[in-house]
Amino acid sequence: MIVNGIEMKFNTNITVIELLQKLEIDKDKVVIEINLEIIPKENYNDRIINEDDKIEIVGFVGGG
Amino acid sequence: MEIFLNEKSVIVKKGYSAFKVRDSVKADADVVILNGFMIKEDTLLKEKDKLILIKRGEIPNKDELENLLVSRHTPGLHEKVKNAVVGIAGLGGLGSNAAVSLARLGIGKLILVDYDVVEPSNLNRQQYFIKHIGMLKTQALREIIYEINPYVEVKTIDIYLDKQNIMEYFKEAQIIIEAFDNPKCKAELTNTILTQCKDKFLVAASGMAGYFSNNTIKTRKITNRFYLVGDNISEAKPGCGLMAPRVSIAANHQANMALRLILGEEDI
Repeated sequence: MIVNGIEMKFNTNITVIELLQKLEIDKDKVVIEINLEIIPKENYNDRIINEDDKIEIVGFVGGG
Repeated sequence: MEIFLNEKSVIVKKGYSAFKVRDSVKADADVVILNGFMIKEDTLLKEKDKLILIKRGEIPNKDELENLLVSRHTPGLHEKVKNAVVGIAGLGGLGSNAAVSLARLGIGKLILVDYDVVEPSNLNRQQYFIKHIGMLKTQALREIIYEINPYVEVKTIDIYLDKQNIMEYFKEAQIIIEAFDNPKCKAELTNTILTQCKDKFLVAASGMAGYFSNNTIKTRKITNRFYLVGDNISEAKPGCGLMAPRVSIAANHQANMALRLILGEEDI
């Protein structure tokens, strides 16, 4: 899979929430797009990322 | 032939120039604007030209005011801007600055949402004045916009926006500007709009604290309907506060992206 433009490999199937945990990213501060489609937050636990998926993790920092 | 003089249709002879019309109707006008552009040299008029004559310092009467306010707007484009509805979520440094720019453009309608009041620490980067301290931001911004362009329709909503009510309040808006401070609120608004309002554009912002380079603030197009402004890293935190210049750079990236979308330009 490609995460933010970088090729990543995992030995087992991985869900969106597991990917975020591995990368130590707060699920409440991101928008996740897989193959140009926004993934609703309710699906983070179930959505399995396929080997050929392209994932974009858009993070937000505070300030405005 | 027909021309528009201070937005009113008048008939002038072919071969008349801008200055000739000025000399015959308002000889003391020292600002002559032809089709949205201030001219210094006399120019021959064409059919349907828009000519505006202004005497500097003269306060126009109410009927004339709206026509004079639009005089620097580019004809043809202004009609689209005048019909646009933009929603702004959060009226802090991003939201208040973006709203003022859009008001100066003569935007048709703004939907302004914030639950908070103006406090002294806001004045380092937000559009408010000392006299607004303690006032709801929605009301203070309405007052400021009225002083800039009273023909902008302003709808204010004093609530805490969350995923349950976002859709309801921004129903009318074609474009929504995300202008919150808190990163979790930014993400929640973005997720909600992108998954529930498939017909709207969202222009969000992330990373504009400090005094880092101007040029790291960029507008990125993430999906067909989602644009993100900022440097994506400069978080507001102790030792790296929010300051007027970079926050308003980001806010005006957002306002210009909204304008581009109104005019049909979807590229960044």
